[in-house]
Amino acid sequence: MGQRTIIPFGPQHPVLPEPIHIDLVVEDEKVIEAVPSIGFIHRGLERLVEKKDFVEFVYVAERICGICSFIHGQTYCQGIEEIMKLEIPSRAKYLRTIWGELSRIHSHLLWLGLMADAFGFESLFMHSWRVREQVLDLIEATTGGRVIFGSCKVGGARRDITPEQMTWLLKQLEVVEKEMHLIVDVFMNDSSVKHRLCGVGVISKADAISLGAVGPTLRASGVADDMRLLKYAAFGELDFEPISRTEGDSYGRCAVRCAELFQSVDLIRQAAAKIPAGEIAVKVTGTPSGEFFSRVEQPRGEVVYYIKGNGTKNLTRFRARTPTFANVPPLVKMLGGCELADVPVLVLTIDPCISCTER
Amino acid sequence: MIDEQTIIDVMPETLVAETRKLCEQGYRLVQICATRLGEELQMDYSFDLNRKFVNFRFLLPKLGGRVPSITGVFFCAFTYENEISDLFGVQVEGNALDFKGNFYTTAMKHPFIQDAVPASVPAPAKPGVQ
Repeated sequence: MGQRTIIPFGPQHPVLPEPIHIDLVVEDEKVIEAVPSIGFIHRGLERLVEKKDFVEFVYVAERICGICSFIHGQTYCQGIEEIMKLEIPSRAKYLRTIWGELSRIHSHLLWLGLMADAFGFESLFMHSWRVREQVLDLIEATTGGRVIFGSCKVGGARRDITPEQMTWLLKQLEVVEKEMHLIVDVFMNDSSVKHRLCGVGVISKADAISLGAVGPTLRASGVADDMRLLKYAAFGELDFEPISRTEGDSYGRCAVRCAELFQSVDLIRQAAAKIPAGEIAVKVTGTPSGEFFSRVEQPRGEVVYYIKGNGTKNLTRFRARTPTFANVPPLVKMLGGCELADVPVLVLTIDPCISCTER
Repeated sequence: MIDEQTIIDVMPETLVAETRKLCEQGYRLVQICATRLGEELQMDYSFDLNRKFVNFRFLLPKLGGRVPSITGVFFCAFTYENEISDLFGVQVEGNALDFKGNFYTTAMKHPFIQDAVPASVPAPAKPGVQ
């Protein structure tokens, strides 16, 4: 047995845009054990419900994360609507679906770029983010925002997409789709990329379930579980099957996200073809009294909001369990036994969002 | 209703055994959550199997509440158990990866069971008043 050394990884590290710390116990170049630490920037946003009106709180929920901001707002609104037994207009459900899937595309493209950067493929990183900019343009044109959309509210949607905008959106998506095919081809087939990803950080199906993995981390290990199967928003009326792989390694997680890019494009097309005319919101009267666990599939996996109201304008409890929080134990598992040089790549394969985690 | 959510009352003493039964059926741990209800804490342990949602619930006193760790069944519970320990002051017995109050960096101890404005923080002085 060689000498064991503890190497601190993070909270400041070139590959980490946000602070997470891992103590890596290494023996020569092999990681024997990893002990994670988070909580450097915990904001305590959950307690703001005690001061904010439940209708206004959607603005706070959207600001939990800068990548899946819209889906955070959607999850919150959905929870309140369930408690208040509000039936939102069908058109609002479709609008939420379209914006949610645009969020997924831009989040996955962001991740692909970060991943390329982590294994030193700079031009692939730049191409991924160049295409992501085009998706952000689509979001800006339809919501007015690039990071915080502000288009979801309790009772429906705050903005509509006109037929002209929808036609333009679909036309632009064709361009984006072609560009994505070029990028994905490199991620899936380039020998240097496969060399860094194949067989690295394998999580078995049993481990993925017992360790509480969610999202692409779970689906890459052979579990076709996706909260969109709950048929929230318009997913009950769209043709949807979760994408899964069986490798359980970094390549599998990358492959799931690549396939989901095109699946999201397909879902937007389906939604655009089926979206009904009509109102986009209902009037909200009264205050929420009751509780609900609101579950939605974010780009990184299942997000769970526990919302409890007591009949006043301020909620009793708002709790957000974000997908990165759930994917920390699987990360600890995949780091054990890996090569030191693979640590940055492995950390990125769960698509960590510390902003979400430190809500 | 988007999905059926079953909430089952359990006792802290039977929590580990009940959790083990779900684990053996193939459930995964979704989350652990504490909610302050006056002088009590509502504890929720949520599980999922093919989108079937089951939630165990029990009450603890707000101060000095103790729960057994379920990390022996679901190791991934260590994150949630450290969280409720740091934010709510719940004492978790037998956590397999116990950060001993250092999981979160907080400005005050157990912030989620404190009143909205702690008594130790003085009210801001009014302009012009010495």
